[in-house]
Amino acid sequence: MGDGRKDWRKSIMSGIRLLVGTRKGGFVMTADATRKKWDISGPHFAGWEIYHIKGSPADPDRLYASQSSGWFGQVIQRSNDGGKTWDTVGNKFVYDGVPGTHQWYDGTPHPWEFKRVWHLEPSLTDPDTVYAGVEDAALFRSTDRGTTWEELPGLRGHGSGPHWAPGAGGMCLHTILLDPGNPQRIFVAISAAGAFRTDDGGKTWRPINQGLKSEGIPDPNAEVGHCVHRIAMHPSRPGVLFMQKHWDVMRSNDAGDRWEEVSGNLPTDFGFPIDVHRHEPETIYVVPITSDSLHFPPEGKLRVYRSRTGGCEWEPLTQGLPQRDCYVNVLRDAMSVDSLDPCGIYFGTTGGQVYASADAGDSWAPVVRDLPPVLSIEAQTLA
Amino acid sequence: MIRVVLPAHLRTLARVNGEVRLEVNGPVTRRSVLDALEARYPMLRGTIRDYVTQERRAFLRFFACEQDLSHELVDTPLPDPVATGAEPFLIVGAMAGG
Repeated sequence: MGDGRKDWRKSIMSGIRLLVGTRKGGFVMTADATRKKWDISGPHFAGWEIYHIKGSPADPDRLYASQSSGWFGQVIQRSNDGGKTWDTVGNKFVYDGVPGTHQWYDGTPHPWEFKRVWHLEPSLTDPDTVYAGVEDAALFRSTDRGTTWEELPGLRGHGSGPHWAPGAGGMCLHTILLDPGNPQRIFVAISAAGAFRTDDGGKTWRPINQGLKSEGIPDPNAEVGHCVHRIAMHPSRPGVLFMQKHWDVMRSNDAGDRWEEVSGNLPTDFGFPIDVHRHEPETIYVVPITSDSLHFPPEGKLRVYRSRTGGCEWEPLTQGLPQRDCYVNVLRDAMSVDSLDPCGIYFGTTGGQVYASADAGDSWAPVVRDLPPVLSIEAQTLA
Repeated sequence: MIRVVLPAHLRTLARVNGEVRLEVNGPVTRRSVLDALEARYPMLRGTIRDYVTQERRAFLRFFACEQDLSHELVDTPLPDPVATGAEPFLIVGAMAGG
């Protein structure tokens, strides 16, 4: 690219690996660059909830997986061979110092209690470093391949912590975005506290929720209390953020200092995932869901909406997706893009379908139809 | 030799089949048995008792000799048949959920 931005297109790629977490195990799906025929392995960790599996950008065969169960708690798995074999690593997530309290659903103080890891975000440069977003909301980091974990207490210790409250799914830290241009900058999002940013490598944090307007919060300048469902960025422009909030699709051009609504002509602006085309920083994707009380697509039609203008103007993508009698949901971590050209995009549903598009969303085909409910998908583009 | 029966998911996690057999030094109590179990199978740490409180996880129970020992003090000696290896110490997951 002539403007000095990194060209994220890769000309020589051999294939794609999808890392899929479900309610009853994890799955690894591979295909060549045509992305037409998929080999599926799994279930890995059968019977356990696999909230998230993600590979290291610095070493794609280094994977981390969050395995959990209401009976047996949290386990973390690590693979050094792309998911063929796994080793159990550290699962000791202990809050720094005295945990304190946050708000419970009824507004009363409630002690911080670790429940599970929602999201694992490996370092962009070091395969041995990985971040974990957990419920009750906090950010942990391991610098020894997942063997030990330490909380970054500045986030939970931010003065607003006692006012954070859980969303319907729990008080989870579900989004971690590492700025590829500035290793000191990290974005996180918490339901239902909001979005936060650090500019000093995680020591101190500040809420970045100005411009969000949330039903039930009368103060338009409320620092926290917003149910952010997902944030996405394009690696070439890490100061531009896109957000799917409980209601509203939002955009920030200044690293979250201020947000504006870009829901535009969407049939509903409720939803969970949002993602960005790998080669077009102004092309974004959402999956509109009827409402906060009806977690399925409007009219029973599963439609991905794409905006090529960074929001406001949206087009439905329907080819290959069910356009009648479809009442699934798409959860916040269950959408991902690859870096082939044309860009591939993938999502999984609570009905157990994984859909793939090898043409940036113009057409779709199921990779698999009958998995347990899909919690997360990550696409790895393999050299 | 102490015999311990794990629930299926923990057998998979520990990569064992059937009963686990452990040597326990000193009094045979729930604490000493679980300490020995976790020392031999570190991947089980945190899955049976909480890391911080060391309390039994809510959906697990402990049985032996047709008795529910879940609410016994952790340092109460386990029944003699467990201490001699005649009977296993059972770690059982709640039969609920999906």
